[in-house]
Amino acid sequence: MNLTLKVWRQKGPEDPGRMVTYQVKDVSPDMSFLEMLDVLNERLILEGEDPIAFDHDCREGICGMCGMVINGVPHGEQKATTTCQLHMRHFEDGATITIEPWRAAPFPVIKDLVVDRSAFDRIIQAGGFISVPAGSAPDAHSIPVRKEDADAAFDAATCIGCGACVAACPNGSASLFVAAKITHLSLLPQGQPERLSRAKAMVEQMDAEGFGGCTNTGECTAVCPKGIPLDTIARMNADYLKANAK
Amino acid sequence: MTATIERGTATAPVPSTTAAPPAPKPRKRPSGFLGSSTGKKVVMAVTGAIMVGFLVLHMLGNLKIFFGKDSFNEYAHALRTLAEPLLPYRTVLTVLEVILVASVVLHMWAAVSLARRARRARPVKYVAKKSQAGGYVAHIMRWGGVTIALFVVWHLLDLTFGVVNPKGYDSAPADRMIAGFQPGRWWVTLFYLVAVVMVGLHLRHGVWSALQTLGWARGGRRRMLQVLAGALAAVLVLGFLAPPLAITMGFKG
Amino acid sequence: MNYVEGPEIRDTKAPSGPIEERWDKRKFQARLVNPANRRKLHIIVVGTGLAGGSAAATLGELGYNVKSFCYQDSPRRAHSIAAQGGINAAKNYRGDGDSIYRLFYDTVKGGDFRARESNVYRLAQVSVNIIDQAVAQGVPFAREYGGLLDTRSFGGAQVSRTFYARGQTGQQLLLGAYQALERQIAAGTVQMFARHEMLDLIVSGGRARGIIVRDMVTGEIERHFADAVVLATGGYGNVFYLSTNAKGCNTTAIWRAHERGAYFANPCYTQIHPTCIPVSGEYQSKLTLMSESLRNDGRVWVPLRKGDNRAPGDIPEEERDYYLERIYPSFGNLVPRDIASRAAKNVCDEGRGVGPGGLGVYLDFSDAIRRLGREAVEKKYGNLFEMYERITGENPYEVPMRIYPAVHYTMGGLWVDYDLQSTIPGLFVIGEANFSDHGANRLGASALMQGLADGYFILPTTIGDYLADGPFGEVDEAAVEEAETKVRTRIDRLMSVNGSRTPDSFHRELGRIMWDYCGMERTEESLRKALDLIPSLREEFWRDVKVTGTAEELNQVLEKAGRVADFFDLAELMCLDALHRTESCGGHFRAESQDADGEALRDDENFAYVAAWEYSPDGTPILHKEPLEYEYVKMTQRSYK
Ligand SMILES: Cc1cc2nc3c(=O)[nH]c(=O)nc-3n(C[C@H](O)[C@H](O)[C@H](O)COP(=O)(O)OP(=O)(O)OC[C@H]3O[C@@H](n4cnc5c(N)ncnc54)[C@H](O)[C@@H]3O)c2cc1C
Ligand code: HEM
Ligand code: HEM
Ligand code: SF4
Ligand code: F3S
Ligand code: FES
Repeated sequence: MNLTLKVWRQKGPEDPGRMVTYQVKDVSPDMSFLEMLDVLNERLILEGEDPIAFDHDCREGICGMCGMVINGVPHGEQKATTTCQLHMRHFEDGATITIEPWRAAPFPVIKDLVVDRSAFDRIIQAGGFISVPAGSAPDAHSIPVRKEDADAAFDAATCIGCGACVAACPNGSASLFVAAKITHLSLLPQGQPERLSRAKAMVEQMDAEGFGGCTNTGECTAVCPKGIPLDTIARMNADYLKANAK
Repeated sequence: MTATIERGTATAPVPSTTAAPPAPKPRKRPSGFLGSSTGKKVVMAVTGAIMVGFLVLHMLGNLKIFFGKDSFNEYAHALRTLAEPLLPYRTVLTVLEVILVASVVLHMWAAVSLARRARRARPVKYVAKKSQAGGYVAHIMRWGGVTIALFVVWHLLDLTFGVVNPKGYDSAPADRMIAGFQPGRWWVTLFYLVAVVMVGLHLRHGVWSALQTLGWARGGRRRMLQVLAGALAAVLVLGFLAPPLAITMGFKG
Repeated sequence: MNYVEGPEIRDTKAPSGPIEERWDKRKFQARLVNPANRRKLHIIVVGTGLAGGSAAATLGELGYNVKSFCYQDSPRRAHSIAAQGGINAAKNYRGDGDSIYRLFYDTVKGGDFRARESNVYRLAQVSVNIIDQAVAQGVPFAREYGGLLDTRSFGGAQVSRTFYARGQTGQQLLLGAYQALERQIAAGTVQMFARHEMLDLIVSGGRARGIIVRDMVTGEIERHFADAVVLATGGYGNVFYLSTNAKGCNTTAIWRAHERGAYFANPCYTQIHPTCIPVSGEYQSKLTLMSESLRNDGRVWVPLRKGDNRAPGDIPEEERDYYLERIYPSFGNLVPRDIASRAAKNVCDEGRGVGPGGLGVYLDFSDAIRRLGREAVEKKYGNLFEMYERITGENPYEVPMRIYPAVHYTMGGLWVDYDLQSTIPGLFVIGEANFSDHGANRLGASALMQGLADGYFILPTTIGDYLADGPFGEVDEAAVEEAETKVRTRIDRLMSVNGSRTPDSFHRELGRIMWDYCGMERTEESLRKALDLIPSLREEFWRDVKVTGTAEELNQVLEKAGRVADFFDLAELMCLDALHRTESCGGHFRAESQDADGEALRDDENFAYVAAWEYSPDGTPILHKEPLEYEYVKMTQRSYK
C-alpha cells in the first residue's frame, strides 16, 4: 500500500516545529506502525536527511516508551493498542496519516516525536511507592490479600506510564496515570500505612508539574492502551479528600 | 524523495524553560487544598450541588403555577417570610441568595482557574485531534456554563427585577411570569428553552462528574450514577420548561 | 581468528565447607562499612532493570551515594519489563516437595552442568527472600481465593514454584524495584541519569573508578567518578538483530569493560526460545515471544510431506507430523526450550516448514478447543491469542498459530567471582550482563530470580567488603583523558565516514550471519565461515556506514551505529568461543557432538569449565579456563525421551 504521512518535525526544544509531508510506497499490511516508520527512516538516512526521531524499545506494548498521536488519537484509533503494536493492515491504501508528538507543557518536545516524560518519574518520587527497604520484609504469606482486591490492584498496576492519557486529555491532565498508581497501592494491605500521605503528595506533585485538572471527560481511558478504568480517578479523589480532611 | 515542508497550525513556540530534562524541577507546592486542581474540582462539585439543590426547589416552585396564580404568589411570598417572625422579612431568602451567589462566584472562579490551568498545560494545539470518549457534553461544559451565566443575568432582569418584563418590578410574580411568556413573546420562551436545555446538558455531565470528583463513583457504580445524572437532568429540563411552554401555547393564562 | 590459552582461574572466592553454609559464611566474613562512611562512598550503577534497579535502590537505602544510569527515558522501561512467565522461588508453599536443594539441583541440571554449584545454591537460598520483598512492595502476584499466593509449574519443573503476575511478571517486579529506586531518588541517596549511555569504563590505579557517558539528548560527553562501578546492562541477544529483546538492548557497556580488562565468559551460550511469532518479512524489526505455557495445550505439527502448501485445515490427520510427540513420547510438546527449538529447525530445514519462507511450525489448539471448549481455552490463553491476532491478523481459534524459535537470552556475559566482581577490581556485574548462574541453558523463570537476587541481596553485601577499603581518592586524570578521548574519537569516526549504508542494514546482515552460522546449530565449518564474514563486514561498516545529523543532539542513528560496531567485535568472540567448545551443551549445539538420536552430547572430560576470555589489543584473545567441580550434583546426560 502507499501512504501519505504528515509528520511533526522539530529539530530541538527551541525549534518551533512544523508538519512535513512524506510519501511512503510499498508498505506491507503486516508491518507494524513503527516498522513502517523504520522503512521511511532508512530511506531518509540514505538521502542524507535526518530520520524522524521517535521513542520505542520493547515493541511489545509493555515498556511504555513508544507513543505518538496518529490521526488525532494517541496510539492511533485501534483500541487498547500501543503504537508499537499497531499494524498497517488497519489503514487504507492511499490514506493520509498525521503523526504528532504528545502535546502537553509538562512533556516538552525534545525532538520530532520524542518528548520528555520525566514528570511522571517525579510524581512517583513524591510517593508512588511502599517504603520497605530490602531485607526487612516479613514472609509473603503473612499478609493474605483478598483475591478481588489483588485483581483490582493488578488492573490498575498494569499502567505502562506511556502518557497517552495526558496526550488525549483536553485539559492535559495526568489524573489517570496518577490515579492508577494510587489505586494500585491503596487497594493492597501493604499500601495502607502511607495511603493518605501518598495520595496527597502525588496529587500535589502532579499539579506542580503543570498538568491540568481533570473534568472527567473520559478521553484518557478511551485511549489508554491498558484500559485503566475511570473509577481509579474517583479513588484518587476520595483518598486526596480524606488526606486533606485530616 | 520529495519532502514538502508545510507550516501547520501547531507552530506556537515551545517554552524553552522546561527543555532541560534531567534537572529536577523545584517542587513548587501550590498553596493548599484550594490551590490544587482536585481541590478546585471539589469546590465546583460542592457549589454545583448547592445550585442543583436550588434548581430542584426552584423547579418545584415554578410548577405551582399550574395550581393557579395564588398558589404561586403564596409560594413566592412564603419564600420571603420564611421563619418569620423569628427573623425579619426576607432574612432566610437573603441568606439563601447569598449562599447561591457565593456558589455561583466560587463555581465560576474554579471553572475559570481550571480552564486557565488546562490552557497552560497544552500550549501547543494538535493539528488533528479526534475525541474518543464519545461524550460531547463533557467538552461543552465551559460554553454551557457561560451560556447559563448569561441566561441568569437576563432571567433576573426579567422575572426578579422585572426590568425587561412587560409588567415591570411592581407586580406579582405570577403576573410577571405569565406576562413574560405570552405567545407574542415566543422568542423569550425560545431563549429559555435553549438555556434550560443547556442547563440540562451541563448537569447531565456535571452531576455524575461531581460524584466522581467527590470519590463516590467507584466500583461498578459509575454506569448507574451516569444514568441517574441523565435522569435528574431530564426531569429538571421537563419541569422547568412545562410552565413557560404552557403559557406560550396558551393552555394557561 | 586465533586465541591463546592463559593461566586457569582457580579461585572464585567461594567459601569452602558445606554448601548450605557458604553464603552465610561469606556474609559473615565480608567486612562492613560503617554507616557514617557509606555517605562518603560513591557507587555507579549502570542499568535499571531488575538487577540494576534493585541494586541501586538497595545501595541507596544502605546510605551509599549512588548514581544510576539507563538509556531509556525512565528507569521503569528497562528490558526486564517485558518478562512474561514468572519467577521461581523455593518457597514450597504448595508442599509439593520443593526445597532449596531441589531448586538448586534443577538449575544445575537445567544448565547442563556448566554452572557453579556454590553460586546456584546461593541463588536458590535467596530466591525465598525475593518473593517476600516483592510482596511487601506491593507487587500484585496472582492469588488464590484464600488470599494466598498462587504458583504454577513452568519450564519442565515437576514442582509448582513459579510465582507470576498474569503475563506481566517482569513488569510488576520491575515496577516494584523502580518504585523503591524512585523513593531513594527522592531521599537524595540516588541520582538518576536517564537517557545517558555508558560508552567507556574508567580504570585508574587498577580499579574501576568511573564511566564515560553520552547525554543522549544534548550529545554531551560526561565523566562520572565513583569508588565502585556496577554494570547491570542486560543481555546481548540483539547481536542476532532479530530477537525477543527490546530494540535498545546492546553489548556496549560490557564490551567496553571487556576491552578494559574484564573477562568475558561463555559468550557463545545463547538461548533460543521455541515459541515466537515467525518473521513475516524483510522489514521485521523484532520478534515477539508467545508464552511457553501455550505448549501445555497446543500441539506442534508440520505437514508430513515436503512442500505441502495446502491450508492447515485441508491437511488430513494422517498427513500431519506431530514431531515432538513422535520423537519425545514421554515429554511430548513439553520438552525443554533448546530441544523444542532445534526440533523445529530440523523440520524446517527438511523443507516441511509452514508460512512465509517455510520458517514456521503449527501450534494447533483445535484438539484443546474440542476437548475443553472454546471458552476454557479463551480463559486460559485469551490475551495471548489476542496478541497473536493483533500481530499476524490471523485468528488462532480458527487457524493454527504459526511459531518459530527466536533468540531470547544470553547466558554468557562478563566473568564474575562469587562476590559478583569482575576481573577488574571494583567492577561488579549483575543480572543478565554477567555470565550468570545458568550454565549453558537457563530454565524458564530463573532470570528474574537471578537479577533480583543479585540486586537486592547479594551485591549489596559483597560490595561492602570491597568498599571497606575506600574511599579510593583521586582518579588519575590521564586515565580519564584517555577514556574520554577514545570515546570522542570513536564518535568522530562514525560521524565522518559518510558512506552509503545505514547502521541497521549492517546490523541486519550481521544478525543473518550469526543466525545462520552461529545459531541453533553450529558446526566447525559454519563457525569458520562466520569468522570469515564478520571481519570483512566490519571493515565495510567502518568504510561505508552513514550517520546523519550531528553528535551534539539527540541522534538515534549515531546511537545505533555505536552499538552495531560493538556487536561486530562481540560476534567474533562468540563464534570463536563456539568454535573452541567442540562439545554440545545446553543452548550450544555443535552438530559434530550428538548422540545416535541427535541429542546434545556433552564432553565433560574436556569442557567442564567456564571459558573466560581476556581481551587482547592485538586481536588474539586469551582463554582462561575456570574448572567446574561438582560435589553435590552428579553430572549426567540430560534426557527427555
Ligand atoms: C520477552 C521476554 C520474556 C522473558 N520472560 C522471562 C520470564 O518469564 N522469567 C524470567 O525469569 N526471565 C524472563 N526473561 C528474561 C529476563 O527478562 C531478563 O533476563 C532480565 O530481565 C534481565 O534483567 P537485567 O536487569 O539484567 O537487564 P535489563 O532489564 O535488560 O536492563 C538493562 C539495563 O541496562 C541499561 N543499559 C544497557 N546498556 C546501557 C548503556 N550502554 N548505558 C546505559 N545504560 C545501559 C538499560 O537502560 C536497562 O536499564 C524474558 C526475556 C524476554 C526477552
Ligand atoms: C455560572 C456559570 C457556570 C460555569 C462557567 C460553569 C462551568 C462549569 C465547569 C467548567 C464545570 C466542570 C466540568 C466538569 O467537571 O466536567 C462545571 C461543573 C459543574 N457545574 Fe457548572 N458552570 C456554571 C454554572 C452552573 C450552574 C448554574 C449549575 C447548577 C445548577 C452548575 C452545576 C455544575 C455541577 C453540578 C458541576 C459538576 C462539578 C464537578 O465536576 O465536580 N454549574 N461547571
Ligand atoms: C424556565 C423556567 C424558569 C422559570 C419560569 C423561572 C421563574 C422564575 C421566577 C418567576 C423567579 C422570581 C421568583 C421571585 O422573585 O420570587 C425566578 C428567580 C430566579 N431564577 Fe428562575 N426560572 C426558570 C429557570 C431558571 C433557571 C434555569 C435558573 C438557573 C440556572 C434560574 C435561576 C433563578 C434565580 C437565581 C432566581 C433568583 C432567586 C432569588 O432571587 O431568590 N431560573 N425564576
Ligand atoms: S494510564 Fe494508560 S495512558 Fe496513562 S500512562 Fe498509564 S497506560 Fe498510559
Ligand atoms: S481525559 Fe482528562 S478530563 Fe479527566 S477523565 Fe481523563 S483526565
Ligand atoms: S515500544 Fe514498548 S510499549 Fe511500544
